[in-house]
Amino acid sequence: MSMIHVTTTINGVAQEYLCEADETLLDVLRDRLGMTGSKEGCGTGDCGACSVTVDDRLVCSCLMLGAEAEGRKVETIEGMAEGETLHPLQRKFIEHAALQCGICTPGILVAAKSLLEHNPNPTEEEARYWLAGNLCRCTGYDKIIRAVMAAAEEMREAS
Amino acid sequence: MNYQAPTSLDAAVDILAGAKGDCRILAGGTDLLVRMHSDMAEPDTVLDIKRIDSLRAISQEDGGWRIGAAVSAAEMGENADLVADWPGVVEAANLIGSTQIQGRCTIAGNLCNASPAADSVPALVAAEAKARIAGPDGIRDIPVEDVPEGPGKTSLKPGELVASIFLPSRPERSGDAYLRFIPRTEMDIAVVGCGVSLTLDASGNCVAARVALGAVAPTVIVVPEAAEALVGTSVDEDALTKMAAACSEAAKPIDDKRGTAEYRVHMAGVLARRAAVIAKKRAGGAA
Amino acid sequence: MALDAKMDGKLDFKVVGTRVNRPDGIDKVTGRARFGADMTAPGMLVGKVLRSPHAHAKIKSIDTSAAEALEGVLAVVTRADFPEVELDEGTWDVLDNCMAGEKALYDGHAVAAVAAASESVAKKALKLIKVDYEPLPHVIAVDDAMKADAPALHDGRQVENVPEGMGANVVARYEFGHGDIEAGLGKADKVLERTYKTEATHQGYIEPHACLAQVGSDGQADLWCCTQGQYMVRDTCAAIMGLSQSRLKVTASEIGGGFGGKTTVFIEPVALALSKKSGRPVKMVMSRSEVLRATGPTASSSIDIRLGMTEDGQITAGFAELRYQGGAYPGSPVEFGSMSAFAPYDLENVKTVGWDVVANRPKQAAYRAPGAPMAAFAVESAIDELAKGLGLDPLEVRLKNAAREGTKAAYGVTYPAIGLEATLRTAKDHPHWTAPLGENQGRGVACGFWFNFGGNTCVTLNVTPDGTVNVIEGNPDIGGSRASMSMMAAEELGVPYERVRTVIADTASLGLNDVTDGSRVTFAVGLATIEAARAAKREMCKRAAMVWGIDEEAVVWEDGAARPSGPNAGKHDPMTLADIAAIASNTGGPIAGHSEINAEGAGVSFATHMVDTEVDPESGAVKILRYTVFQDAGKAVHPDYVEGQFQGGAVQGIGWALNEAYIYGEDGVLQNPGFLDYRVPVASDLPMIDTVILEIPNPGHPYGVRGVGETSIVPPLAAIANSVSAAAGVRMTSLPMSPPKVLKAIQTG
Repeated sequence: MSMIHVTTTINGVAQEYLCEADETLLDVLRDRLGMTGSKEGCGTGDCGACSVTVDDRLVCSCLMLGAEAEGRKVETIEGMAEGETLHPLQRKFIEHAALQCGICTPGILVAAKSLLEHNPNPTEEEARYWLAGNLCRCTGYDKIIRAVMAAAEEMREAS
Repeated sequence: MNYQAPTSLDAAVDILAGAKGDCRILAGGTDLLVRMHSDMAEPDTVLDIKRIDSLRAISQEDGGWRIGAAVSAAEMGENADLVADWPGVVEAANLIGSTQIQGRCTIAGNLCNASPAADSVPALVAAEAKARIAGPDGIRDIPVEDVPEGPGKTSLKPGELVASIFLPSRPERSGDAYLRFIPRTEMDIAVVGCGVSLTLDASGNCVAARVALGAVAPTVIVVPEAAEALVGTSVDEDALTKMAAACSEAAKPIDDKRGTAEYRVHMAGVLARRAAVIAKKRAGGAA
Repeated sequence: MALDAKMDGKLDFKVVGTRVNRPDGIDKVTGRARFGADMTAPGMLVGKVLRSPHAHAKIKSIDTSAAEALEGVLAVVTRADFPEVELDEGTWDVLDNCMAGEKALYDGHAVAAVAAASESVAKKALKLIKVDYEPLPHVIAVDDAMKADAPALHDGRQVENVPEGMGANVVARYEFGHGDIEAGLGKADKVLERTYKTEATHQGYIEPHACLAQVGSDGQADLWCCTQGQYMVRDTCAAIMGLSQSRLKVTASEIGGGFGGKTTVFIEPVALALSKKSGRPVKMVMSRSEVLRATGPTASSSIDIRLGMTEDGQITAGFAELRYQGGAYPGSPVEFGSMSAFAPYDLENVKTVGWDVVANRPKQAAYRAPGAPMAAFAVESAIDELAKGLGLDPLEVRLKNAAREGTKAAYGVTYPAIGLEATLRTAKDHPHWTAPLGENQGRGVACGFWFNFGGNTCVTLNVTPDGTVNVIEGNPDIGGSRASMSMMAAEELGVPYERVRTVIADTASLGLNDVTDGSRVTFAVGLATIEAARAAKREMCKRAAMVWGIDEEAVVWEDGAARPSGPNAGKHDPMTLADIAAIASNTGGPIAGHSEINAEGAGVSFATHMVDTEVDPESGAVKILRYTVFQDAGKAVHPDYVEGQFQGGAVQGIGWALNEAYIYGEDGVLQNPGFLDYRVPVASDLPMIDTVILEIPNPGHPYGVRGVGETSIVPPLAAIANSVSAAAGVRMTSLPMSPPKVLKAIQTG
């Protein structure tokens, strides 16, 4: 089986990898690049745990081939903090206890960041609908939504 | 498996026509990759059409809109002019899956996946949209409802692919709407879907209408009786009741894990009525 | 260890009760935390399982030769590859569930497994395994499975008290209660008889089961996995594999949700068998479809209630007959259901009879307060219907019959101080109770109970030379327990929370710890943490006494320091933990405290839930408008995470009540093995979940801590059913209340 050579940018860093044609971007991130922050909860786009952005568009990395990332700009949870400085969403998630087990947290953070880039001042309802593709079984979403709204407010004030 | 990402439509058609074994088109991939994950599809070749510029565009044409086969639903929702002309079609496309799915899924893919429950298809059918099909013999345009032939089955010939969807120009005082019923608020497959497109005259009477139902038959169906119930009326209670009854009458659903046949028959009428009220309002009709 | 005397007048906590940041927070928001599937090993193979497509079939033969011959396949195992060892019945069932023997008992039952160099080779190999099945008749629904002529799953598994003539799938009978039901019903002004049904639901944790096994030829083995109990994994896998427990070291990864579903093993013994046979590390990760087809779920149920009430709301008698199918093996949670059904009430005449039934479905696993939500659905629905039928306030009726301190519970115990009444009174005074409702809207309330567990627990607390503290515990942190242990240790030692770091031990590094279940961890591990801290304090007081040259008894520990105390102690500057730690080498060596206990004194917990719903009369769709949880937590160690448990349980209950269900076809095959059609609540389905924490101290814990995690899933099914029934104007007795079902009920009245 011949491998496909892919050149892409992941979290701002140029990255090359070889992958098989049928490997998903999630497989590549986790198994080839050791970036296990993106999680596989379903493999069928129903849970959002593998959320990443590709060219600033929020997608499920389980529903995209690794080969498709050629020339694209991929952002994952691993790129969200700047060094030791957490993104406001990451900080608010900790402060608001918006995670229990933490398995859905990377995907939700990536999705929430994308939300605030598209809509810096979302209503609670808009936040809930934007995040409807990110399942969380622990929290009942309450503290997640509160954390997202709090981060949005802080980010608006800072800008 | 072999992955191909041509940059021209001609090249794509050549690959598709010349492919050995099972060659699948990859647009948004939100159905294809699910099938591959579930071992329901094991293609020999995956043909990614997202590198073909012409298929990535939304453009105005003859007063209508041409939407390339690789345009995502999210991109449709971000085009304000398109939304203004065809709010029902766009809202239907924007109901497919989650935000994440929206970033990838396409209406051409939704059509070619040939699910009777596809959200965008009843709206496209109601809109009298045309599918432009490219193949070894060139280009042809066909009504979108002629693409799916049954669950998972299309009328496309070997070597053919849907290159774009065309939404015709709108007469004044036209409106469209799509509603579906799902158990949750998001993330479900439609139990029933209904697209309505109509045009009013200056006095508010309906002069043209088209009603399509999803998930009540092996393919999305057009319900001419429902349209007839609206045409010539002010889309009043009486007309809506007749229209709803026509939809329930036309629905020939099955029992499955997503709903009973009985429920779907009932909901076909309920949704059609609600969708028609929205479409009428969008067409500028009186409440 | 009983409630500290000083608790009587509100203990003055410094750390406990605050809302500190959790220590694993940064790892979990940056993607660094390592969950089950995030571990690798050099030379690792991919393991995959072949599963039965039949609901019930005899396995006549399995031909693995073609798979074994495939390039890249290093091992294929079937049941024949597991050692012939003596196993108790329960462990044998676990093994048979992990790898079928003579029969496949449900759709998705494992029948063979492969280890290969890559995922794609493993998938190919599975297709090359030829299994010769002889399909057998199957049975899915609990009431069908109980019939005398139903297809039998097992022979000879009925316990002795099952009456003769019952079908072979009825495997056990339970009975609880006291008084005289018929006499009690005779005193009632109104008697209600109803049958209630619930469907099987899955725990629905987002992290699929995953493990990495490594077996050496010397019999030493290592296993990394996501589990609620690494010791349970060790003991079960060691028994199945014929290993000694000390030779198998199990390390618990971060765990991506469990809710009871990770209190047993599924792929772990298989990975060990594949590793043993291949001589290579083997990693296995379940797909979501495998998770739904072959793990979890909880029981489906069918419950008859007879309930008598006087005109003024006194319950004169309560009877429940509960039938739970727990999948293909004995062990449905019907015993807990039978014990808990009437637990919130002080009843003179009460009886429950429970039937444990097997059917051709995956072996049930514990699910948050196992067995209790269905029982509460039936009892709380019946109370609601009777109260409304008599024109009574449903909260008043519950208050009138509420269990209190000294009440003899239906399941036999006499309650110490409990919080049910407080939850009801708080609910009644809450603005939610009197908020106006609109058209097609309804309000429902219900109560719930859970026992809470204690159990085997070990904690070691090490004081480091620089004066900070490590707590080592043996229960995976499933929702903030490292934070709460660090808080309790900090509280006890009088040091800042940030100076304590709690880690989770592997099975070789600490003594036996029971599974993270029964809401036991904050209570029992907390107890052991406090005891370990107290042992360390005693040692530090001893060291200070040595330095000061006074008696140990003349030293006390206060505000994080040893201080001289009493008339003969003399004047000495206090020695802080850091002071003592710094010179520990010179005063006798390192300082540690530890505790090994079988914790008793877990305090039962009660909740009252209140929910408003709106029903669309045209579609039967239900919208949750407002939800408030009132629960007694005992002392809330970390209020944020207590609230989180209340909210999470309530929302799982909402899913169970409205849309979640295992759906089977006529062929006995699961129709919805994915998150697309197994419909857990999504963010847009819900409002905020309001919470009111009540803190009625548990007399069995020094800080008054009770478990909090499970009670919150007990009331929602009934609270929502009562609310929907009010909104729709028709009584709902069957879950899930899916739109077609609600519409049908409205249409048929």
